[in-house]
Amino acid sequence: MGLPGSQGLYDPANEHDACGVGFVVHIKNKKSHAIIEQGLQILENLEHRGATGYDPLLGDGAGILIQTPDQFLREEMGKQGVILPLVGDYGVGMVFLPRADADRRACEKAIERTIKAEGQRLLGWRDVPRDNLGLAQAAKDLEPVVRQVFIGKGAGITDTDALERKLYIIRKASGHAIQALKLAEGKTFYVPSMSARTLLYKGMLLANQVGDYYLDLKDPRMVTALALVHQRFSTNTFPTWDLAHPFRMIAHNGEINTLRGNVNWIRARQQAISSPVLGDDLKKVWPLIYDGQSDSASFDNALELLVMGGYSLAHAMMLLIPEAWAGNPLMDEERRAFYEYHAAMMEPWDGPAAVAFTDGRQIGATLDRNGLRPARYLVTDDDMVVMASEIGVLPIPESKIVKKWRLQPGKMFLIDLEQGRIIDDVELKKSLSSAKPYAEWVAKSRYFLADLPGVDGKQTLKESVLDTQQAFGYTQEDIKFILQPMAATGEEAIGSMGHDAALPVLSGKNKPLYNYFKQLFAQVTNPPIDPIREEIVMSLTSFIGPKPNLLGIDETNPSLRLEVTQPVLSDDDLAKLREIDTLTGGRFRAQLIDITYPASQGAAGMAKAMRELCAVAEKAVGKFNVLILSDRAVSRGRVAIPALLATSGVHHHLVQKGLRTSTGLVVDTGSAREVHHFALLAGYGAEAICPWLAFESVASLAPGIAGKVDSKEAKKRFVKAVNKGLLKVMSKMGISTYQSYCGAQIFEAIGLNSAFVTQYFSGTASNVQGIGLTEVAEETLRMHSDAFGTNPVLSNALDAGGEYAWRVRGEEHMWTPDSIAKLQHATRTNQYETYKEYARLINDQSKRHMTLRGLFDIKPLGAPVPLHEVEPAKDIVRRFATGAMSLGSISTEAHTTLAIAMNRIGGKSNTGEGGEDAMRYQKLKGGEKLTELIGKNRIERDLVMQPGDSLRSKIKQVASGRFGVTAEYLASADQIQIKMAQGAKPGEGGQLPGHKVSEYIAQLRFSVPGVGLISPPPHHDIYSIEDLAQLIHDLKNANPQASISVKLVSEVGVGTVAAGVAKAKSDHVTISGYDGGTGASPISSIKHAGAPWELGLAETQQTLVLNRLRGRIAVQVDGQMKTGRDVLIGALLGADEFGFATAPLVVEGCIMMRKCHLNTCPVGVATQDPVLRKKFTGQPEHVVNFFFFVAEELRELMAQMGVRKLDDIIGRSDLLDMKKGVQHWKAKGLDFSKIFYQPKVPAEVARHHVEAQDHGLARALDHQLIAKAQPALESRQKVAFEVTVRNVNRTVGTMLSHEVAKRYGHAGLPDDSIHVKLSGTAGQSFGAFLAKGITLELTGQANDYVGKGLSGGRIIVKPSPEFRGKPEDNIIIGNTVLYGAIAGECYFRGVAGERFAVRNSGAMAVVEGVGDHGCEYMTGGTVVVIGQTGRNFAAGMSGGVAYVLDEEGDFEKRCNLSMVALEPVPDEQAASETGELESHGKVDVRHLGRADDELLRSLIEKHAQHTSSERARLILDQWGSYRSKFVKIMPHEYRRALTEMAAEQKRLEAA
Amino acid sequence: MGKITGFMEYQRLSEAVLPVQKRVKEYKEFVLRLTDEQSAIQGARCMDCGIPFCMSGCPVNNQIPDWNDLVYRGKWREAIDTLHSTNNFPEVTGRICPAPCEASCTLNINNDAVGIKSIEHAIIDKAGENGWVVPQPPARKTGKKIAVVGSGPAGMAAAQQLARAGHDVTVFEKNSRIGGLMRYGIPDFKLDKRLIDWRMAQLAAEGVRFRTSVMVTDSPLPAGVTNDAATTITPKALLKEFHAVVLSGGAETPRDLPIPGRELDGVHFALDFLIPQNKQVAGDGKNKISAKGKQVVVIGGGDTGSDCVGTSNRHGAASITQFELLPQPPEKENKALTWPYWPMKMRTSSSHEEGCERDWSVATKEFIGENGKLKALRVVRLEWKDGKMCEIPGSDFIVKADLAFLAMGFLGPVSGILDQFGVDKDGRGNAKATTDGEGCYQTNVPKVFVAGDMRRGQSLVVWAIREGRQCARAVDEFLMGSSTLPR
Repeated sequence: MGLPGSQGLYDPANEHDACGVGFVVHIKNKKSHAIIEQGLQILENLEHRGATGYDPLLGDGAGILIQTPDQFLREEMGKQGVILPLVGDYGVGMVFLPRADADRRACEKAIERTIKAEGQRLLGWRDVPRDNLGLAQAAKDLEPVVRQVFIGKGAGITDTDALERKLYIIRKASGHAIQALKLAEGKTFYVPSMSARTLLYKGMLLANQVGDYYLDLKDPRMVTALALVHQRFSTNTFPTWDLAHPFRMIAHNGEINTLRGNVNWIRARQQAISSPVLGDDLKKVWPLIYDGQSDSASFDNALELLVMGGYSLAHAMMLLIPEAWAGNPLMDEERRAFYEYHAAMMEPWDGPAAVAFTDGRQIGATLDRNGLRPARYLVTDDDMVVMASEIGVLPIPESKIVKKWRLQPGKMFLIDLEQGRIIDDVELKKSLSSAKPYAEWVAKSRYFLADLPGVDGKQTLKESVLDTQQAFGYTQEDIKFILQPMAATGEEAIGSMGHDAALPVLSGKNKPLYNYFKQLFAQVTNPPIDPIREEIVMSLTSFIGPKPNLLGIDETNPSLRLEVTQPVLSDDDLAKLREIDTLTGGRFRAQLIDITYPASQGAAGMAKAMRELCAVAEKAVGKFNVLILSDRAVSRGRVAIPALLATSGVHHHLVQKGLRTSTGLVVDTGSAREVHHFALLAGYGAEAICPWLAFESVASLAPGIAGKVDSKEAKKRFVKAVNKGLLKVMSKMGISTYQSYCGAQIFEAIGLNSAFVTQYFSGTASNVQGIGLTEVAEETLRMHSDAFGTNPVLSNALDAGGEYAWRVRGEEHMWTPDSIAKLQHATRTNQYETYKEYARLINDQSKRHMTLRGLFDIKPLGAPVPLHEVEPAKDIVRRFATGAMSLGSISTEAHTTLAIAMNRIGGKSNTGEGGEDAMRYQKLKGGEKLTELIGKNRIERDLVMQPGDSLRSKIKQVASGRFGVTAEYLASADQIQIKMAQGAKPGEGGQLPGHKVSEYIAQLRFSVPGVGLISPPPHHDIYSIEDLAQLIHDLKNANPQASISVKLVSEVGVGTVAAGVAKAKSDHVTISGYDGGTGASPISSIKHAGAPWELGLAETQQTLVLNRLRGRIAVQVDGQMKTGRDVLIGALLGADEFGFATAPLVVEGCIMMRKCHLNTCPVGVATQDPVLRKKFTGQPEHVVNFFFFVAEELRELMAQMGVRKLDDIIGRSDLLDMKKGVQHWKAKGLDFSKIFYQPKVPAEVARHHVEAQDHGLARALDHQLIAKAQPALESRQKVAFEVTVRNVNRTVGTMLSHEVAKRYGHAGLPDDSIHVKLSGTAGQSFGAFLAKGITLELTGQANDYVGKGLSGGRIIVKPSPEFRGKPEDNIIIGNTVLYGAIAGECYFRGVAGERFAVRNSGAMAVVEGVGDHGCEYMTGGTVVVIGQTGRNFAAGMSGGVAYVLDEEGDFEKRCNLSMVALEPVPDEQAASETGELESHGKVDVRHLGRADDELLRSLIEKHAQHTSSERARLILDQWGSYRSKFVKIMPHEYRRALTEMAAEQKRLEAA
Repeated sequence: MGKITGFMEYQRLSEAVLPVQKRVKEYKEFVLRLTDEQSAIQGARCMDCGIPFCMSGCPVNNQIPDWNDLVYRGKWREAIDTLHSTNNFPEVTGRICPAPCEASCTLNINNDAVGIKSIEHAIIDKAGENGWVVPQPPARKTGKKIAVVGSGPAGMAAAQQLARAGHDVTVFEKNSRIGGLMRYGIPDFKLDKRLIDWRMAQLAAEGVRFRTSVMVTDSPLPAGVTNDAATTITPKALLKEFHAVVLSGGAETPRDLPIPGRELDGVHFALDFLIPQNKQVAGDGKNKISAKGKQVVVIGGGDTGSDCVGTSNRHGAASITQFELLPQPPEKENKALTWPYWPMKMRTSSSHEEGCERDWSVATKEFIGENGKLKALRVVRLEWKDGKMCEIPGSDFIVKADLAFLAMGFLGPVSGILDQFGVDKDGRGNAKATTDGEGCYQTNVPKVFVAGDMRRGQSLVVWAIREGRQCARAVDEFLMGSSTLPR
């Protein structure tokens, strides 16, 4: 409706949304008007989870779904003289219609015709009364006419279910018919609901507008027993009435990551699906899902189909969003069998999701397998249930509440209004999983490929290994950097620094087709997963072969399934597959299809070969049900079609023919060798892959691998490495199962033309055109002739490669010996002329094409202006920043040099992740030495300060590890940067190995020296766009003066995310190119994930301008930024500011060793080794020279263009043009018009940063707290006071903490100086970054993120005495509590949600139960759990100690033991007596100093004292028996480090 | 890559040399190559840089990190293949190259460079001993005939590459033996000439024809050039007989010092001393100049001068003094401003170590003689200001001398030959041709190519090899339309 069409780089398909969701229901189905009022009230109290656009009145959409209010409708229609049939015998359609009369009538007629055609009766129409007074103009502009259509049941409709199905068909069929009319306003037409049971009111509304807009909702006759509500936060600001939730059956909070695959697979099924329930009507349903629909709408369509097809609502939900069953040892066999059986039916719709669903008779909710969205509920003594994204959305007296709980990962919660009761997850799933003999069916129908008898898979190569490798474009680097490390270690190799080589489409070298694709990744709108620490949700299981009939609910003879535990097939596996007919008695039949063709046909032959291939494949389906595409026949005489092209081509061909689910697709290829290749083959449809040549190559490497590694072992390790890599690539996008990843096409293409992509990779974004099939074929042929030709260099060796390390005969790079030398010489001698030589080497890409911008021409704005009229360099350099490089990735010397330099020029340096020494905050007089400031033993190369110098980094980074993020750190920022992604490895976390954690780094990160530190892939407080808004709000509270920035990485759709970021109130956004640097990253991520910044920046600018959001957010660009010309192009494409990282490092002496990850940087830049750091020679002056050179070059260019002020040309992409006369055979196909596109908006819409965001801090409760705490703040007098709190009071205590940190630093105030007693429900981020000296004592409950970044304060949360439930059985605080906590203590009387104390550095906490993933990534602190714990406890926990009360003795099963050991607590007693305490953690490291027994008891005592916990009391009273039930969780590494420290201490004492 | 931390653990180890007293008594090589174990450790010092500056520092772009690693891992056979992939004559460069690669070695920034040259030396010698250097005759012949004029490193390299591409190559050499200045300019104690014979045999087996003692000219030879030409062939004849001609005749015209006394007996061009000496060692006749018991002055501080020093010592000179116009360079360069490029710094060659006085900022004003025989030199001290030199008034002094060698560099190709072919010259008198892009290494005369010192002027052997290789590719492309020969 309101979404603009695709233009430039903007594509509405990239839009995302997320939100707040909730429902209120009367269990006994008692209808009342109050429930509507309560529903609307929930909406209002969730308002902060939604967003507004550029106009504060313009919301993203909201709505309410209720039961059909029969009496009300009956009376209303009665006024028209229409008498409605009995309840259940008629349905109501809520219809959005075009405003133009003719179009509206056309739509109505179409509906009426369809009603008739389907044999039902039109009863009448009703105008829905509305009041649009409060709406934003943009929403009014597109406001539809809203009418209700009443449909009576026709003959032959026996019950309401049958009527529902008919209504469904009427809706689908009339919808298709109306789309076919192609009315001018046809897009306005939309049917929010059409049902005999439910009615839906929604629109482009703010939460508080729903009730005012739809007058019906105010009518007291309007009654319902349930209300499902939803408040939307979308990334765009375009009024779209239809995208508001709820949908017909669901309201969804989160994101379906696998959408494209899911939709493809639905389409692929079309021919292979039949329904005994819908019968012939099924045909009218297609297309089930329209292109460009949101994920939620698509999900709703799929759910509806399943329910209409005969599944129960709960059954259908379990099919679509299964819990993680594969690796769960705690799951009962029946339920596992249920999931196993259904796994073959449909791939999971995967991603963060809290889905509330209803059909009017049942209402429920379920959570994704990872528990990534919050959902809290409560049950009252008068049969009400309230569920919402937050607790506290309705003011229900505590005295009426009997239960407070949350939805748990993968769990479902259902209320059956007809039965009048709550059905919990266990009962619900038990009844469904025992309904049919699933285990038996699975056993009967399943074949494991591994279990089939062996077949000898040995095949001899047709040509020599070397020639065959060359035919597939292998290089020496494929062996050295890819295969060798995988075969040796079972892991993908790690590399460092950024990618600076030519894009494949610009390269003069031959590239495999794989390289033209870039991996997409999750940022902001959905979280990546940690495939290592959260392995329990991941699965690589793949089903080879046809998929069962999705709607075959009455089938008793289940379809056969061929299963592999992971998709990389060995030669033997493939041999089995070829013989599968014999091995399975003809049940499976495989057809081998040769994808090579005669080399004599040359490049021209490939198009024909592809046509034939598709035809052969199509013909084979039916006779065969497994197709194996194989290129083993490759030889001098036969050239292989690139396997990716063959796979995707056949996959899409079969999808189009509706045949894809009738067969399995397996690829047997010599081309696949790195993780990216496997990911692509999977992403474009391969169910399994046999990399025969990689195996052959790996086998030959075996003798060179240390240890006893034979070829078999080497191959095994290779497969393991590929598996790990695949998990990583999948998890980057937040996808947890191979089945969902398969066919999901999570890639964009760079340098492939649309004709090619549309035909063979349909649905993949490709924004700069480039080569097509002709050139792909040509490139393939070139590789083939290299292999079998006479090139002497290739006669006994592979091509050099030169992608990963520079080679004279290799790929072109921007960093070359000359460019580095010139830059270093220029900046060291302050010779601008030498700099210009450097800049020419980078900028002049007329011969060496490397970057997209290298092919840009710049057009003048007017006549040249004199240089002195151009704004001075000293103003320009203020726009420059250095990149986020942590002290840890680079040396202290290199880090401080950058900070000094940037402060001298008025630019900004960035702390990087890992905190900052408070010593660096002081203002310097000059003359001080670095050693004096930082410490003699911490500096290897001294430096003398100049007057006015500062070591403070103005930008403080907040990354997922939250290391060193204290209230003080945040208070010292000019800008706080939230790192969502990093160019070199978007969607991945990081790991600082123990040997790099020096004493200093450990101090800054509040960890223990020598203990490794893990940064999780996601921020655990950002799983969704509204979570980001919350974090921005938290950080703004932590420092109201600082601007908040969000760092994103360029990929298709990043513009849309940036728009969401702007709406989430970020002041600043950074768009990074994929080519940015890193201290350590898997090499496939460095090269293959993300896009060049030219694309991301242009898309961001276009989308922000289109959304009228550009003016309120500053845009920075970075990624291989090297020269003034780069800056100019950045500005023309829309950047206000510019980030540089690698270039300043080169100025400091970096020579692109690409050895950062090895700690062996020979010039002391990227190492912690003191010996090497002595060799550091960088000077702030050099860096200052560099930035002035860049500014000077920019000024000269501006003068030539006739531009005086940079602001004048920001976003002027019309001044760019494609370089004329590009002759390169690949590059000449490029088309940059989408990059240069300018959205058509009025002139007054801002094109650069001009205004400030309104953060709404004025409404913060903290203003009250600060006022009342003045005595403590000003004169350290103790204060205590009381306030009430509601869920809309978010981030309570943070601004107060800012006041403390500003004055008193991290040390804060004396304990309990400010004691705040609160009552009620606290909003999110209660006590975030709470400073030392503040106590928050809350009676009531709190939502997510309690004590985030706790910086020394104390938090107590206890239930109201009025509350009727047992505190230890009820939830008291939400998810992700104490994330990144530094210090302080917490007492929670009640159960916490998922990820309690995630990445805790030093806080102490007592809690009465925790959800899944407790103490994940913890590096310090102490956690005591005196109740139940969820699964995966202590995953990635490298430090700190946890004590868990294990009453049932089964804790071990729920604990992730990969990094920790469990030991009973009483052991400590014995240990203390034998004097072996050191090894048991009894060394004085911040929080430990006493024996466990004593420590534990005193913590529980404090808990009892602060919270009056009866459970604590009981444990203390019976300490003797309870003590032995406690388990101590001790990380291995932590123990080792403590032992070493103790030994060191002893040595010092002895000395 | 070698060993990750190798560069931190191991020191650079230079190749051992025989003691001075022993080595000055003979003309044999005195540098002893590293043992296999030593080589492996030196290879382990290589850091396998993300950007191997050595590769671009090396004119033939040797794939240094790759063979360093192979040597570290004991894969000598692969190492020589990798080395040969970029360098036709590592036995020469491994001995006499000044190793610009080591200047640009990343370790050289703040440590001792990897001993790249010593590893190269070890690889090729080991390969020779093991019989791994075998002819690589082409699988197919093209039928194209190419004349290469001059058998120095540029001509040899071009000839080998072209022969391997299947062409019929004939090398014309005015001297009786193949090798140009490699053979005649470099003393045997630096480069054993059997190595050149050995390599020549490989070329011959690959199909290269050698025609020695043939001078390409249509006029008599100018003075100052010593050669063994017995017959001549005219440029015209060459152009008629061959599909392409590669001129690689070097830049042998020495720079003269036209001052009073130049005509005195005892004043010689360096090559007039060095070439006969090499011939004498090869058994081709006695050197007419002897330095035995003489007071020798070498004018010019470069490599040729150094060779005069070494040879004079072996003759048993009474004293040797070497003068250089330029001021004494610093002991150590400012690496921050020079690396990775070739720095000006004090270089002491093995010949200097064998005994020699060196003096800088000195200009020779006059040769003083008695009875037509050189007796002394009058020299003057110089002062250098902003790159300009001026004599310091009154700083004259006299140096006794019986022999003076002029080793002041070379001016360009032997005059005449370029003119005879009609080839355009650049400002310095060298043949005019580019090195990159279309038409590179081609002269203005159709099918006449040029490579080596004849094009670029006096330079290093390694540059000559590079030009020979690149020129060969250009010729191959010219003849065949495209080429797979590596540059």
